[in-house]
Amino acid sequence: MATVSIPTTRARLLGRPRAKTGLWSWLTTVDHKRIGIMYGFAAFFFFLAGGVEALLIRVQLAGPEGRVLSAEAYNQIFTMHGVTMIFLVVMPFGAALINYLVPLQIGARDVAFPRLNAFSFWAFLAGGLFLYSSFFLGGAPNGGWFGYPPNASTDPSPGMTFYAIGLTITGIASTASAINLGVTIINMRAPGMSLFRMPVFSWMALVTQFLLIFSLPIITVALIQLLFDRRFGTHFFDPVAGGDPILWQHLFWLFGHPEVYILILPAMGIVSEILPVFSRKPLFGYQFVVFSGIAIGFIGFGVWAHHMFAAGLGPVANTAFGLSTMIIAVPTGVKIFNWLATLWRGDVRFRVPMLFAIGFVSQFVVGGLSGVTHAVVPADYNQTDTYYIVAHFHYVLFGGAIFAFFGAFYYWWPKVFGRMLDERVGKAVFWLLFVGFNLTFAPMHILGLQGMPRRIYQYPDGFGWNLWNLAATVGAFIIAVGVLVFLVQAAASFRRPKDAPADPWDARTLEWSIPSPPPEHNFDEIPVVHALDDWWHRKYAEDRGGVIHPVPAGGAEGPGTGHGEAGAGHGILLPSPSYYPILASLGLPLVGYGVMYERLWWLAVLGGLWVAAALYGWALEPSAEEG
Amino acid sequence: MAEAALEAHGGGGAHPETSTGLPHPKLAMWLFLASDCLLFGALITTYVLYRGRSVTGPYPADVFDIPYTSVSSFVLLASSLTMALGVNAISRGDEGRMRVWLLTTAMLGTVFIGGQVYEFTTFFTEHGLSLQRNLFGSTFYVLTGFHGAHVTIGILMLLSLVAISLARRFPTPDHHQPVELVGLYWHFVDIVWIVIFTVVYLIPTPNPPGA
Repeated sequence: MATVSIPTTRARLLGRPRAKTGLWSWLTTVDHKRIGIMYGFAAFFFFLAGGVEALLIRVQLAGPEGRVLSAEAYNQIFTMHGVTMIFLVVMPFGAALINYLVPLQIGARDVAFPRLNAFSFWAFLAGGLFLYSSFFLGGAPNGGWFGYPPNASTDPSPGMTFYAIGLTITGIASTASAINLGVTIINMRAPGMSLFRMPVFSWMALVTQFLLIFSLPIITVALIQLLFDRRFGTHFFDPVAGGDPILWQHLFWLFGHPEVYILILPAMGIVSEILPVFSRKPLFGYQFVVFSGIAIGFIGFGVWAHHMFAAGLGPVANTAFGLSTMIIAVPTGVKIFNWLATLWRGDVRFRVPMLFAIGFVSQFVVGGLSGVTHAVVPADYNQTDTYYIVAHFHYVLFGGAIFAFFGAFYYWWPKVFGRMLDERVGKAVFWLLFVGFNLTFAPMHILGLQGMPRRIYQYPDGFGWNLWNLAATVGAFIIAVGVLVFLVQAAASFRRPKDAPADPWDARTLEWSIPSPPPEHNFDEIPVVHALDDWWHRKYAEDRGGVIHPVPAGGAEGPGTGHGEAGAGHGILLPSPSYYPILASLGLPLVGYGVMYERLWWLAVLGGLWVAAALYGWALEPSAEEG
Repeated sequence: MAEAALEAHGGGGAHPETSTGLPHPKLAMWLFLASDCLLFGALITTYVLYRGRSVTGPYPADVFDIPYTSVSSFVLLASSLTMALGVNAISRGDEGRMRVWLLTTAMLGTVFIGGQVYEFTTFFTEHGLSLQRNLFGSTFYVLTGFHGAHVTIGILMLLSLVAISLARRFPTPDHHQPVELVGLYWHFVDIVWIVIFTVVYLIPTPNPPGA
């Protein structure tokens, strides 16, 4: 950072936080590892909230004429389920892993802007809590996660105003984080870590940051237009005044489709890390996997209108977007085949992370194939707004992303917390989730093709929907049991001794070359990288016959035996903790409530000044100084 | 400009080495501006899509005073020159002259914002054009208002730089970097105005038949 070398003794508004442990140290931390852990915990908290909402939906729909929820409550619950799972669960789970792992994988000591990183986390949390406060303040968002006007712009309950403001706040958080992590990956790679020696996870993280940078401003504009329509009487989506609700659909999906890849690319990166390690082979066709990810990123901006085939854009537009949607299946297919070829003739070990990775690949294929059927426009006319769509996106987001994240939890848990997760319990969690997931969502394909529409709070008896709805509800509770078992297992692991080895899986990437958990400064000495899968090549060498031998001890640093463990980290100037990131983020919901309620307009002014004051304190405080 | 920065920064030792040679803050500013491009892109697209679709007046041709807005646009574009002179001064280490040019830039920006405030007021009081009045009012005020907010933030950043410099709290090893970053932002906001001025003011929007 620019100001690293400047010693300061001058007076300032707030001192430097001193706590090294305890609550204050977490509130003021700028360490990418701690921020990653906080992202993970916050996302898991929202995962439980969104899961409870899912169970409510399934209880209501378990049989015909369900009476658990009113129509109004049902609208709020399914909307918040979608908003939560997308913006407050899958995105921050991705952010958690990217934050924690990318600096370790590329050989950096932290991210480019550690305080901005802390701000991103707190602003995300503030936006999420702002959204959830709507339940106590007159009703949660109720217009679906994609908030189509004119329904969303004219509904009298305050829910969709919370939606517009809350998602703007989380959008600010994600933009800041994307710029930060983008700069980190482009600019902070260890010597020798050229782009094409980066682990695939870091590559997919990079593509994801670019997707965020270019797609978030578009939904920000749409949300602001929606907010202005609702709050200040503008006419953006008001057909009476010449406005057009279809504009929202374009803006929303121009963000929303890249968003799909924002959700899934980190998961693809995770799987590309796990499969080679547990097949004991390098990833098959590394360059193809990376280029496919980049291609998905580009083409992802050209397929948005396939969400709108039924909106009446006309045959030319529908055909064009149908074709581009089929084309984007190609790079995805390339990845699938590369993963399969990685397994092929590998020395496959079915450990828990591997089970989740294989679960990801199989279920993602199902979701991908049903996705291609949406690209066929006439077929899509029949599928639009039915449970077939619900089945499709749960196969890619739950069967895909969430399975990959669970794989990541089991794979990196020893690295992050220094404790192993029990293998047998882990396998039970996998099978519960696998069976529960497929029992919940596979029947929805049938329900959808039988014509059951989405977002209905009741259905009449006698349509032939009863059996499969009941099956889905049973499946949902099996998932819930699986998640609970994981929760107990994770909590219990903290009572176990911190005895995880540095490299328990005999892995390939740099994060396994340092102790578990990593020291605050990550690397005693910044590694010099000579190859793709550098850590593997430091452990093993190939003789002339192509036989792999471990490098004899002393030939390379063993795990965790880095230079001078006792005095490790001495003399390394790390970014210092700061009060300002969390303070700045606290101002954002104040502005939100001020814009929300006419009587509280002064709160918006106060919140704005609050943020500005925090930013000034931030700018004048050096990012790192001697303690 | 990037080359100059590289030369100034690369060997300076003030930065830990970066993979690209570009300092982190500059790369971050470029990424932010790329993101902001899409923000204005979406706003301008909205305006263009809705051009001429207002069902009630006042219409653009009724309210615009092209010569007046041309003058304030010229003032804003001139501020890009003074901004560049400010960056040039500090890269030569001349903090005093930098303050003069940054203050001039902030002043020109303030004249532009003052012009916008006057314009909005006139549109409202003389023609009754408000956010709520019609689709034109909604799209016009939100687009130009967002741009005005960007200029205002730019002015605040310029004044903050001057204040920091006066308080002798410029970080010494690379004191021109913050100025350069604000400069990038300022030029970007000016370029966006060229597009907005062309699309909104210069390309005529015919009144709908019968109006």
